[in-house]
Amino acid sequence: MTPTTSTSSRTEKPKRGDQISDKLLRRSLIWPAIIYMIIVTQVPLLFTLRFSLERWNMNRPDRRAFTGLDNFIDVITDASFWTIIGNTFVLTGAVVLITFVLGLTFALLLNREFIGRGIVRTLLITPFLIMPTVSAIVWKNVLLDPSFGFLSKLVESVGFPTPDFLGQYPMVSVIVIVVWQWTPFMMLILLAGLQSLSHEQLEASQIDGANPFHILRYIVIPHLRRYIEIAVLMEILFILSVFGVIFITTTGGPGIQTTNLSYAIYDEAFSSRDIGDASTMGIYAIILANIVVAVFVQVLRRGSEEGVTT
Amino acid sequence: MRLSKWQGITLTTITWLLALIIFFPIVWTLLTSLKTEREAFNFPPSLIPIPSFQSDDAELDEDTDEATEEAEEDEGYSIFFEATFANYERAIFDADFGKPLINTLVITIVSTFIALLLGIPAAYGLAFKPDKRSNFTLLWLISTRMLPPAGVIVPLFLLARDLSLLDTTTGMIIIYTGMNVPLVIWMMRSFLLDVPYDILEAGRIDGVTLLQEFRYLVLPLVAPGLFATGLLCMIFSWNEFFFAFNITKSQAEPLTVYISSFKTGRGQFIALMSAASTLAVLPVVIAGWFAQKQLVTGLTMGAVK
Repeated sequence: MTPTTSTSSRTEKPKRGDQISDKLLRRSLIWPAIIYMIIVTQVPLLFTLRFSLERWNMNRPDRRAFTGLDNFIDVITDASFWTIIGNTFVLTGAVVLITFVLGLTFALLLNREFIGRGIVRTLLITPFLIMPTVSAIVWKNVLLDPSFGFLSKLVESVGFPTPDFLGQYPMVSVIVIVVWQWTPFMMLILLAGLQSLSHEQLEASQIDGANPFHILRYIVIPHLRRYIEIAVLMEILFILSVFGVIFITTTGGPGIQTTNLSYAIYDEAFSSRDIGDASTMGIYAIILANIVVAVFVQVLRRGSEEGVTT
Repeated sequence: MRLSKWQGITLTTITWLLALIIFFPIVWTLLTSLKTEREAFNFPPSLIPIPSFQSDDAELDEDTDEATEEAEEDEGYSIFFEATFANYERAIFDADFGKPLINTLVITIVSTFIALLLGIPAAYGLAFKPDKRSNFTLLWLISTRMLPPAGVIVPLFLLARDLSLLDTTTGMIIIYTGMNVPLVIWMMRSFLLDVPYDILEAGRIDGVTLLQEFRYLVLPLVAPGLFATGLLCMIFSWNEFFFAFNITKSQAEPLTVYISSFKTGRGQFIALMSAASTLAVLPVVIAGWFAQKQLVTGLTMGAVK
């Protein structure tokens, strides 16, 4: 720290001039970031909105025209759109549910002292650090491939017919891969929650004769509530946008069996080159995500009102 | 919870087993990367690498020499195999790994740096000089971070095309900076709020400038948080695929896109692919291991510490 000789105006009561300069200071600190974010997120958003109201296929640019809400009606009256929404919900729901159960299990197992605890924790978080494209490539070629994959050969070697996991059970395979990637996320957050739970409380309830299930149900889970809410909501938002794993393992198929909303938008925009419909589906995706964000914001608000860490 | 000795040992064993199962695909990839393409297909697999006594060149020849391989096969199953780094050599020197690696490094480092440059002052303002709108600003920032990439990819692609930013690292840096600014603001704000107010007050009485206040009073206290924030931005940028895949082609493609090109290589280059994959994830995995404690704060944007 450098002591200065200049007298500071901040030691006196703030005058009107100070308030103005304070306001100016705040603005010059905050606004560069805000302006940047408006340009890179809100401007594209407005463009998506505009394109969603147009008939515009890049293969037929001459037919480009403003068509109002036509795209919105076309998209939701298309049966395949509902299959895609269904896939998106199945994938997101299954992944969140399974990672929650696994994540909580691992968090509970790690919430005690044992030999090599640090190493186990390190092993368990690693899948989350690996780039999703690498995970997908490795699962596809090294583990699930019908001719060369380790898991296929393992199943084969116990006497079953060689399975073609990605061909026969495409959605299950995708779910398994995404669960593998996201279990550490759930585990880390729930573990942070468990570590803030006092041991006295647990021991007291044990002395009172509560069985482990009751302790989990009535003490641990309620304590973890906020952590669970944050982890689940954030994971929903990320899983809604899963793309890489689907692109690499199944390219949305067979048919559209594993096409989720993200993949469908990519396909519509870059294969069918239909900017109008792709943008309309983009708007639906944004609406869907924002419903979840709204709940998330409520959770954060409640947290700051209760004085929990914000 | 209190457990008997045997309960404890059982639980520890179960925990270790589960962890090893989860970690198995990674071990498997590592082992495959050390085998020849031929060995990589063997089942039951050889599990324990032993140091190779041959030079790498000799092993490369072996790859193409059918006779040697036939002979090898006749030897029957062995749990040991000779580790070779030939796949790593091939990945780095023959398989164009260098360019995507440099692209990834440039995009990751520059976008993280700009995000910190924009985000830290904003976090400072929001933490120490909040006003009525600060709460709204913070929540709005979350909504930008959580914006589904697919919802804005069409205009981003068209804008990038019209501004000649398609397939450039500059285009990727602009997008990734946008991805990281909200993260920086939320994380840094949560770390800044932990700075004791007395320290700031003392500095203000001494009349330090804002820059001095940050440099000499705040920075030493938030340095670990700053480090974690930067690291997390890098992890996210390093691993991102959707934008990279749609905005770049051969010139600016980062590692994620490069790796995805093995998608159709089905089985032919399993060992090479494993080596390239290992190289691609290594920096981030190691960084993540060291930043385990801060990972939680980062993943929840500072909502959980």
